[in-house]
Amino acid sequence: MALGSLNDLYRDKVILDHCRHPRNSVVPNSPDICCEAVNPFCGDEIRFQLKLDYKSRIKEVGFQGEGCAINQAAGSIVSDSLIGLTLNEVVELSKNFSNLMRASLPEDVVAADKEAINLGELSALYKVREFPVRVKCALLAWTALDKGISDLA
Amino acid sequence: MLDVEKIRDDFPILSREVNGHPLVYMDNAATTQKPRQVIQALVDYYENFNANVHRGVHTLSMEATDMYEVARNKVAKFINAGDPDTVIWTRNASESLNLVAHSWAKDNIESGDNIVLTPMEHHSNLVPWQELARDKNINIRYIPMDDEGVLDLSTIDSIIDDHTSLVSIVHMSNALGTINPVKELCDLAHSKGAMFLVDGAQSVPHMVIDVKEIDCDFMAFSGHKMMGPTGIGCLYAKKNLLEGMEPFLTGGEMVLEVSYEEASWADLPMKFEAGTPNIGDAIALGAAVDYLENIGMENVDEYERELTSYAMNKFVDVEEEGGKLFGPRNPTQRGGIISFDTPDIHPHDLGTLLDQMGIAVRTGHHCAMPLVRSLGVSATSRASFYVYNTKQEVDILVEGILEAMRYFRDGVR
Repeated sequence: MALGSLNDLYRDKVILDHCRHPRNSVVPNSPDICCEAVNPFCGDEIRFQLKLDYKSRIKEVGFQGEGCAINQAAGSIVSDSLIGLTLNEVVELSKNFSNLMRASLPEDVVAADKEAINLGELSALYKVREFPVRVKCALLAWTALDKGISDLA
Repeated sequence: MLDVEKIRDDFPILSREVNGHPLVYMDNAATTQKPRQVIQALVDYYENFNANVHRGVHTLSMEATDMYEVARNKVAKFINAGDPDTVIWTRNASESLNLVAHSWAKDNIESGDNIVLTPMEHHSNLVPWQELARDKNINIRYIPMDDEGVLDLSTIDSIIDDHTSLVSIVHMSNALGTINPVKELCDLAHSKGAMFLVDGAQSVPHMVIDVKEIDCDFMAFSGHKMMGPTGIGCLYAKKNLLEGMEPFLTGGEMVLEVSYEEASWADLPMKFEAGTPNIGDAIALGAAVDYLENIGMENVDEYERELTSYAMNKFVDVEEEGGKLFGPRNPTQRGGIISFDTPDIHPHDLGTLLDQMGIAVRTGHHCAMPLVRSLGVSATSRASFYVYNTKQEVDILVEGILEAMRYFRDGVR
């Protein structure tokens, strides 16, 4: 059996590692923001708790979720990428990442491929692009964060 | 004996490859593939007969009208409805159910009444009643079911009572495969003065259906799950009920006489078919009925039961690896739908892996969210068969599941 590019996806060291050992799974004490998102298509769930410092930068993150491997790994990787960011920076990063994942015009895809390399561990999730129906799984974490932050405003 | 290879030859799509493998299509509960005869009926209609129905005096219009009404006759005969006027064209089973909710239930179910459903209803036989209950003071009751997803009728007398106005039941569960005893429940409903509706979306395509024998008041089903095109479905209802019901949609085609002040309704079935109908797809559904009649629904049923028993035996290998099958163990209580959970691998990941092997299964909640939640999972994987599936394909499916489980366990653990 040839599982082709799935080898890259499910055997990717970063995704695998986060799936096995989700980061930041502890709920921080008295978080400033609690948010969640559910994918009604598959029932996947994701929850974040954010604790901010005196300059409104993210100091602590809690992440819990249920669902498929992509959703779990995405939640864990995203949780790691949030420390030290302001809420505006989170919104910005979320928008950028969603745009990369959803790029469809050929020239946009070329640009996205280039940009994705510089995303640190988030670039592991960029591979999900090859499985369009699963992109939502990789974006659910951002959906939760966007909602939590916009509810605050 | 049914010649599956000959049947498969009629389905052009079954010879294509997906991700480098021959397609193994096992998502038939979602929609079925179409034989060449159905596709050709569509082409033939649009190439040779296309015209609007019921209004032209020209040849094309008369021919199109004939073909359209012949198709209705075929469907009526297929479910033994008798009078073809009792078969209303809709877009799909959902629209048929909404038609009943809007045109019958709204006017006939009183505050304080109750509607009886099962816990395994598709959202389409759940949400319209919830919406109705929100507007009126109506209770929705559920017949309990056991761990295998078989209805428990031991307390049925306290559930269907004198205040029950409607019992609306899925004939075959799309998420579990359970076949419910509709005849028995219909008799019970009638003994309490309640109407009985059968959601036949999964049963009409797979078994001999006789609405007269069940004596149901309504039956809803879809064309695309029985080899027909998408966008065409049916509502069967007893004639006296249809005659007493107000239209669902109003406008052209469904009127007898219109003035600037008011309108009167056309006779059945047109009273419920406002606007230019889906002529081409109705005619093609007639071709699908011909195709199924030609195989014989007894043969379809028998073959699928044999295939399902074979699959249940094969799935023992998956169960030995920790997999869990949902739905009745007894093959006489179920149809060709196998819903299952695999340890260590989420249904969505399994679905993606199987797709890489050319195997199409459905993963998720199968539009039965409360049911899947009650199984203690957020999603299941589902393989659903039709008469063109083979034992060899079942072998490929089971081997694929085992391989995906091993692959994922080795990779992820």
